[in-house]
Amino acid sequence: MDSYINIKVRVWRQAGPKVAGHFETYELNHIFQGASFLEMIDILNEQLIAEHKDPIAFDHDCREGICGMCSMYVNGHPHGPDSAITTCQLHMRHFHDGETITVEPWRSRAFPVIKDLMVDRQAYDRIMQAGGFVSVNTGGVPDANAIAIPKPVADEAMDAASCIGCGACAAACKNGSAMLFVSAKVSQLALLPQGKIEAAKRAKAMVAKMDELGFGNCTNTGACAAECPKSVSLANIARLNREYLCAKFKD
Amino acid sequence: MWLKDSSIGRKFIMSITGLFLVLFLLFHGSMNICLVVDDLFGTQGYNWICEMLGANWYAIAGTLVLALGVLVHFLYAFYLTFQNRRARGNSRYAVETCPEGVEWQSKNMLVLGIIVILGLCLHLYNMWFKMQFAELTGIATSVFNPQDGSAIVKYLFTNGWCGIIYCLAYIVWLCALWFHLSHGVWSALQTLGWSNLIWLKRIKVIGTIFATLAVGLFMIVVLYFLGVNIGMLAA
Amino acid sequence: MATIQDTKIITPEMAKIPAGPLAEKWTNYKDHQKLVNPANKRRLDIIVVGTGLAGASAAATLAELGFNVLNFCIQDSPRRAHSIAAQGGINAAKNYQNDGDSIYRLYYDTIKGGDYRAREANVYRLAEVSNNIIDQCVAQGVPFAREYGGLLDNRSFGGAQVSRTFYAKGQTGQQLLLGAYSALCRQIGKGKVKMYNRHEMLDIVMIKDENGEARARGIIARNLVTGRIERYFAHAVVIASGGYGNTFFLSTNAMASNGSAAMQMYRHGAYFANPCYAQIHPTCIPKHGDFQSKLTLMSESLRNDGRIWVPKKLEDAKRLQAGEIKGRDIPEEDRDYYLERRYPAFGNLVPRDVASRAAKERCDKGYGVNNTGLAVFLDFSDAIQRLGKDVVAQKYGNLFQMYEKITDENPYENPMMIFPAIHYTMGGIWVDYELQTSVKGLFCIGEANFSDHGANRLGASALMQGLADGYFVLPYTIQNYLSDQIGVPRMSTDLPEFAEAEKKVEDKIQRLMAIQGKRSVDSIHKELGLIMWDFVGMGRTAESLKEAIAKIDAIKKEFWSNVYIPGEANSLNNELEKALRLSDFIEIGRLMAVDALHREESCGGHFREEYQTEEGEALRQDDKFAYVGCWKYTGEDSEPELIKEPLEYEFTERKMRNYKA
Repeated sequence: MDSYINIKVRVWRQAGPKVAGHFETYELNHIFQGASFLEMIDILNEQLIAEHKDPIAFDHDCREGICGMCSMYVNGHPHGPDSAITTCQLHMRHFHDGETITVEPWRSRAFPVIKDLMVDRQAYDRIMQAGGFVSVNTGGVPDANAIAIPKPVADEAMDAASCIGCGACAAACKNGSAMLFVSAKVSQLALLPQGKIEAAKRAKAMVAKMDELGFGNCTNTGACAAECPKSVSLANIARLNREYLCAKFKD
Repeated sequence: MWLKDSSIGRKFIMSITGLFLVLFLLFHGSMNICLVVDDLFGTQGYNWICEMLGANWYAIAGTLVLALGVLVHFLYAFYLTFQNRRARGNSRYAVETCPEGVEWQSKNMLVLGIIVILGLCLHLYNMWFKMQFAELTGIATSVFNPQDGSAIVKYLFTNGWCGIIYCLAYIVWLCALWFHLSHGVWSALQTLGWSNLIWLKRIKVIGTIFATLAVGLFMIVVLYFLGVNIGMLAA
Repeated sequence: MATIQDTKIITPEMAKIPAGPLAEKWTNYKDHQKLVNPANKRRLDIIVVGTGLAGASAAATLAELGFNVLNFCIQDSPRRAHSIAAQGGINAAKNYQNDGDSIYRLYYDTIKGGDYRAREANVYRLAEVSNNIIDQCVAQGVPFAREYGGLLDNRSFGGAQVSRTFYAKGQTGQQLLLGAYSALCRQIGKGKVKMYNRHEMLDIVMIKDENGEARARGIIARNLVTGRIERYFAHAVVIASGGYGNTFFLSTNAMASNGSAAMQMYRHGAYFANPCYAQIHPTCIPKHGDFQSKLTLMSESLRNDGRIWVPKKLEDAKRLQAGEIKGRDIPEEDRDYYLERRYPAFGNLVPRDVASRAAKERCDKGYGVNNTGLAVFLDFSDAIQRLGKDVVAQKYGNLFQMYEKITDENPYENPMMIFPAIHYTMGGIWVDYELQTSVKGLFCIGEANFSDHGANRLGASALMQGLADGYFVLPYTIQNYLSDQIGVPRMSTDLPEFAEAEKKVEDKIQRLMAIQGKRSVDSIHKELGLIMWDFVGMGRTAESLKEAIAKIDAIKKEFWSNVYIPGEANSLNNELEKALRLSDFIEIGRLMAVDALHREESCGGHFREEYQTEEGEALRQDDKFAYVGCWKYTGEDSEPELIKEPLEYEFTERKMRNYKA
């Protein structure tokens, strides 16, 4: 049963991208366990504002686990200590009275800190711009039912497509690798007949961009999939490898 | 060159060299079993195989390829690790945890690899230097006849307290190798793209079986001689 | 002829509705509209504000056609726009299920669902292009759900008797948005779209042409990371900034969703149409505390298999409220499936406004089932018995998981608790058939405009409208405007009009920063939200609305004299962003109340308690209010002026909406 707890929050404060950051600890009393983690941060910010201090900057938007904006590393886990959720879906019932909760930003060279817990994830957009699409213009496409797609294939594509681009995979990876993110998109489109046509080109372009942006090499530790809020599978990485290697050997 | 410049290319090289080394290990391990058989039944299988692999051009070529495989695997490992640390950036998490389902060995492959390499150096000095190297160069590197590999091995492991220390060192080495392989084999298959939703679990099992088999073959020999040695010391 | 800016009555000609039979209007329009040739397209710049379904699809399509697009997005990536949160599905008149669907039927359901308060021509066009949307999305690689034969699957949604809703698990909005986002990415990669992430528009720049007519020629935006105010020029400005549901503070909208872009258009002379039409979604997770930041929607698709009920006996409800018993403890014969009882033909699948009001009616009578008395049950025990737990899990698994994460209750074992919440705003900026506002060169698409849903939107129609506007309507109609702009050169942002607009924005920011009062932005916003919910919510009366206006005026005063914003204006400052948005929410809230007060009838999302049938159903006053209520800005402290666009129905007979038989 949810009740009220008193906690300490140890938060990473960093005024800007080029300034050194540090931890600061805040005490919060009477937090309802039914509140979400971000609501707890809201309460903390209200407290800071009341004391005329700078509130904690953090990314958040939909607060229902789908936009991929929230990005906190809580107690050693991207999105906190619960499985298959984003930070906004983490609830205070996962913490106990008297606990000190450590909150950090994503730490990866490709995701530089903007302020406090806010990081710049435009690298993921750039990878998408390199090839994460099917090259069709609006209009002039065939009827939606013109090509039948086996249900298991469509379902697998959907599971890969459920990636929300939050960056938890690269944040969790000890190598700072973006392979799970890239492989999810490559897999989704390689599985579907509409995307298959450009599959080789796409895999090469997206991997090249990923490497260029300074993401690390995947060593299959599996931390990305274990921490992924949408449980995107490691099998996608194998498919990306397959697509990429086949494409390169064909060249 | 994409095998050097792309992350998947680099990983491909790691996988191929790794798998090649695993195959060699399996062969080497099976060969080693002969030592035990020879010792038990007085046969000469091990030395016969050694003779086959002695001073022949294909054995030399094989050795060179093997050495190249180790070298490439080794150099790429450092290159990859260097890049990965750079990709991670300078700031580290204050709290680090190992998420459920992430194997400890997968995060420590370089350390395990270095232990394996150190063990390998010891092994090369103890065995190969006294056998194939001596045979090839004709330089006498030990008191033993380089063609009597079986005797060299047996002496090393059953040489009193020294033998026990060697056995223990080899056991540590083999354990490191097991951990390295138990991640390495499935990771290599995954990198080569041989995985999907169903096979993901299977290749992990295959990897463990391979690692256990390869390391087990070596381990049997070491444990056998350790037993013999302890028996001798006790007597 | 009176122009659109000095009229009191907007005629169909002013709204540019093409002549001819309903089914031929759009074709006729396309056949005769003016186009821009490819060489000239390259010389024209278009600003698109917003990257949701409408914004992203428009930006991508305009760039594909050859225009230069500047696309602005408030989040850190275009992929995060709130369209992504739509769960249930998208409607299209494909008739793949062979259940009698057709373009006309989709048109009819939509116009009836909107309580006959939408334009016939717009709604028909929407139904017409709905099929192209599905084709387009499939071609982009959107992984819609499929049947075992490999063809597309459909589900049913409220307000329709056919299965015409295409879906991708419970994440249809996400998949459609990622489809549009991928098309946008392709154009960004090609350099045809210049993307501005973490930018918020703060004003529109108007420049007079040679005839002295003001045209939208650019925007002033704030870089949310650096706090810098920046100027951007374009030949036309397209606003796709979404709805203003966050006026209520608690809604299903994302935290950054706001109505400021709409207010900026409004202040420049764009009419704000039907602001009082706000949709209350019946299936949201009930509120649990004062600290709550938003309400979470549970997809309408749950009503396919879930049955909504409250106890028949008041004493059972009291025990539920006290936490002594749980829903599963109440025997079947003591449950009141009130939607099935009141609306036998549509049952649990009545439109959203009807379902929401019915829930409120039961809770007002004391039958609420949680500790606050503000919740009803949505029960899957029947479906689990009929289909098995596995099938239910396959259909709704992710929604159930989401529910359990939030409430810590297992919906497989105990019925879900739901309550209505603000979800969508049908009202918005008035646009003509070309999606152009009453300001030249200023276009408005998606939820931000008022056009297609009338007084109530049917489920799975928002995605349809957003994509219809962005992919298939605006890219045509905007050319009719741009065709005579090809001679207009790119203008310098050093022009006095830009400087003046920037100064205005900076002055407002300085004014806000200088207040240094005692209250946080959120505390004032929460107060506004409570007033909106209590007085401008599901049941409105003349008194409640008058009270609301007085209270909102007081809040406005409080805000402008007592808000506290920490930090600097010229740096990253979330509180300043929120304050700027709140200043506009206060104005919108008032406008909603003013509109609701003037509309003396009940229709769709607008329910005036004075106007209801004996059975408590909405009672329209077609003789007096069959028009679009457009509000014209007349100055900061003067009352807005009402302009009417009569809705003459040529092709459809207005009926009393009936979901009973």
